[in-house]
Amino acid sequence: MKLFEYEAKNILAKYGVPVPQGGLASDPRQSREVAARLKMPVAVKAQVLVAGRGKAGGILFASSVEEVERTAQKLLNMQIKGIPVKNVWIEEKIQVKRELYFGLTTDRFRQQYVTIASGVGGMDIEEMASKTPERVITTPINPNFGFHPFQARQIAKRMGYSGTQISDLGRIFEKLYLIGMDYDTELIEMNPLVEASDGKFLAADARMIIDDNALFRHQEYRKKLLEGESELSPQEVEALKNDLAYVKLDGNIGVIGNGAGLVMATLDTIQYYGGKPANFLDVGGGAPSEKTALALKIVLSDPKVKVLFINILGGITRCDEVAKGILEAKQKIRVTKPMVIRLMGTNEQEGKRILTEAGIDVLESMEEAAQRAVEISKKGGS
Amino acid sequence: MGIIIGKDTRAIVWGITGTQGSFHTRLMLEYGTKIVAGVTPGKGGTRVEDVPVYDAGQEAQEKHHANAAIIFVPAPFAADAALEAMENGIKTLVIITEHIPIKDAINVMAYAKQVNATVIGPNTPGIISPEACKLGIMPSHIFKRGSVGMVSRSGTLTYEIAAGLTRKQLGQSTCLGLGGDPITGLNFVDALKMFKTDSQTKAVVLIGEIGGNLEELAAKYTSEEAYPKPVVTFIAGRSAPPGKRMGHAGAIVLGKAGTAENKIEAFRNAGVKVAEKPNDVAEILVKLIKT
Repeated sequence: MKLFEYEAKNILAKYGVPVPQGGLASDPRQSREVAARLKMPVAVKAQVLVAGRGKAGGILFASSVEEVERTAQKLLNMQIKGIPVKNVWIEEKIQVKRELYFGLTTDRFRQQYVTIASGVGGMDIEEMASKTPERVITTPINPNFGFHPFQARQIAKRMGYSGTQISDLGRIFEKLYLIGMDYDTELIEMNPLVEASDGKFLAADARMIIDDNALFRHQEYRKKLLEGESELSPQEVEALKNDLAYVKLDGNIGVIGNGAGLVMATLDTIQYYGGKPANFLDVGGGAPSEKTALALKIVLSDPKVKVLFINILGGITRCDEVAKGILEAKQKIRVTKPMVIRLMGTNEQEGKRILTEAGIDVLESMEEAAQRAVEISKKGGS
Repeated sequence: MGIIIGKDTRAIVWGITGTQGSFHTRLMLEYGTKIVAGVTPGKGGTRVEDVPVYDAGQEAQEKHHANAAIIFVPAPFAADAALEAMENGIKTLVIITEHIPIKDAINVMAYAKQVNATVIGPNTPGIISPEACKLGIMPSHIFKRGSVGMVSRSGTLTYEIAAGLTRKQLGQSTCLGLGGDPITGLNFVDALKMFKTDSQTKAVVLIGEIGGNLEELAAKYTSEEAYPKPVVTFIAGRSAPPGKRMGHAGAIVLGKAGTAENKIEAFRNAGVKVAEKPNDVAEILVKLIKT
């Protein structure tokens, strides 16, 4: 779960990481109140969870309370990459001497957390790693040992600092690690972490992603996620509540399958044959009729869908049960769009018979089925 | 032979009294796997499929001296079960449970390194050496004994490709699911190393997906080591948009890292064949083995 910049900054501040003075506003009047407490000039930043917010015009500057109000008004009426701006964060502008990067993420190969630091901030991690690899300082953390002040100071030193700045910066790194552990983050970063002209350090921007699988330990965020205060669309929230994995894409072939890898491969196969998938939806194991019905409902809520492609690899689940589930679901939510089904596994023939008798196309191979779905999707224009 | 498991595997099932645990205990027993005990706190003294159940791993271990564990315990408690298994001397663990927090998985892997245990998963269908042993939840009728080693990050996609191999009379030595999470025990390089020295394995199928860089590292390994057995790969997620998690916790493209294109290119540069579609794997393999 991605947190908004203001949420991340409030957490950082709570742990004593210096952040610019600021406040949140959801309407122009509020923005005035916030601005009145701050030293001008200020930055007015749209609170959206999309990358490239700055380039899309989501960060503006103002040097009077009146200008803040106008700027906030402008941002609050804006959509950034299709996402409406609900809140703006207004904060004092910093006199920047140097931009740095510090983050905590996971290293899959080492199976450990790893801190990543660089004396060059402002870019994303990958860009940094490819453009200035020699400046990237990576410190793997043994969970049985932890992350200690001496390690944090060593990173600061390698970034080129000396004197009291080593400990000042080190303390910020330690706190960030602590937040990462306390909040179960899969990524937490300060980018940029800024050295101001007075030599003090501040997190000018902060990003936090909480591990979705750890949300049971962070109920307040789980609640926010389920109430739609996140980047998820209503369909994605509905899927999440019912333990379905749904991702909206922009094609016209609705896809339902079981197993993440199989569904991904199904989308790839559709694309291979020149079609465009409308979504990713993994119903998981078993696929009982209620779950299938819900999956159909979610996929069909997208008006662009022209054809449904259901790819179920039965495995231990019996195909005849899956077939009955599909029929029940189809009746329950009155599906009128054409369906292409591919079933494989135990009792495959019986499953096929049930569906064929109901007038639904059943194909043996995933490739054939994908081709058929693509054909139907192209009929009668888009 | 195959890798990791075999006829002498004796396993304890953690979470044996749950729906999944009991159902798959039955299927594993039917397949011939030696399931010697089960552990569920509070259910000690009962039996599941005639397998004795204990409250704690220590008691189960004292009586049955198992050498493997398979874990079905719900996510919030799964790491505890894994640590209990290792603390009682078990060196081979299969963690079926999905949705284990990253922090918990990292702690489990750190302890596994310390005690030299092999962890498969989490979020894995498990491991099967056809006609010898199965520690997992995969539909066994899809698999057939033979000489192809398989290693994958996904369940049903592995079944799809394995079924394709079996149809072409290409049996398998061992099929190993690494798991769909960002932090897993074994990785592709570990599996390639094991298949390299396994006499039953003549070729390897590697099924990767978007997210992370473990496929890239495997590609690097095969070229650096001049890997002696043919390898065919399939990478799922070419059509996945960046920043979106595709079902598996580990299947996400962040920025430019973890894309299918990166992985495919890495394998092609390493001289490894990459299948365009799942069912092309078997065809490519047939040609490779013949030549």
